[in-house]
Amino acid sequence: MHWHSLADFLAMGQHGPYVWGSLIVMAALLIAEPMLVMHGRRKLVARLRRQYRAERSGHRRPRETGWSRSSS
Amino acid sequence: MSNRLINWFRFSSPQTFYPLAGRMIPWFWTLAAVFGIAGLSIGFLVAPTDAQQGEGYRIIFLHVPASWMSMFIYLVMAFWSAVGLGFNTRLSGMMASALAPTGALFTFLSLWTGALWGKPMWGTWWVWDARLTSELILLFLYVGFIALKAAIDDPRRADKAGAILALVGVVNIPIIYFSVKWWNTLHQGASVNLTRAPSMAALMLWGMLLCALACWMYSIAVALMRVRTIMLERERHTDWVRQLVEGGEADDALA
Repeated sequence: MHWHSLADFLAMGQHGPYVWGSLIVMAALLIAEPMLVMHGRRKLVARLRRQYRAERSGHRRPRETGWSRSSS
Repeated sequence: MSNRLINWFRFSSPQTFYPLAGRMIPWFWTLAAVFGIAGLSIGFLVAPTDAQQGEGYRIIFLHVPASWMSMFIYLVMAFWSAVGLGFNTRLSGMMASALAPTGALFTFLSLWTGALWGKPMWGTWWVWDARLTSELILLFLYVGFIALKAAIDDPRRADKAGAILALVGVVNIPIIYFSVKWWNTLHQGASVNLTRAPSMAALMLWGMLLCALACWMYSIAVALMRVRTIMLERERHTDWVRQLVEGGEADDALA
């Protein structure tokens, strides 16, 4: 172990804000990215499920988010 | 056609690739965590103080892996773009789309950690030198790629346009990499060089390589997650997606 105390470790030899500012932002973004992907996927699956259900119950091409086509 | 050839192309079909990717994702997350914990422990707890830069040099364990990934992901994206243009495979465009946001994220992190490293060492957050400027252009290329694809409704045409942009932009990668050699920059030279013995202490080198490996595994895991979502979206009119969604198999949270 390189450090003598926790305060020593946190201070990073006067470079604390720079080192921790790098680590915290990087960790936060690398945790946020997969969570965003998972969130997007859950939203997509729910949308598709609604769409399929609507299609089966007789509506032709229910509202499809994204772009609209005049007829199909 | 030989059997081997058929087998290769089998995996370029989303229907085959989707479950395969799903099985691989937990492994890549595990490896990312193991390498990340090992690399950060060495880098932040064990590695010695740098003679010139004091403790501030520890940003290297974040900055170098992020910068490597920002360039490498672009090369992989350009590779898939070329494959897509050449063979017209559906999967290629999806892979390129899945990689772009992660590449943009690492490019941003490279610039962010670089600024926080530059301030205590150079006395400035930012200079318009060749290395920093070409890395900023890389961020614009990623953002341009994402925006261009989002602007075109037809996914196949979006793939093609995106692929051309990605391939033209690939010229920027050697410019970033060799900028510290070609021009007189404030940015220091390469930290690791394949042709000569590393100038850094072995512990520092190991910490950095482990962190880089963690970023690799992370990128693969998150790109596979994203490509699976893209597959569901684009193949939503097919029977296999319908079966996955209605059968509840598309609900697994991790993948």
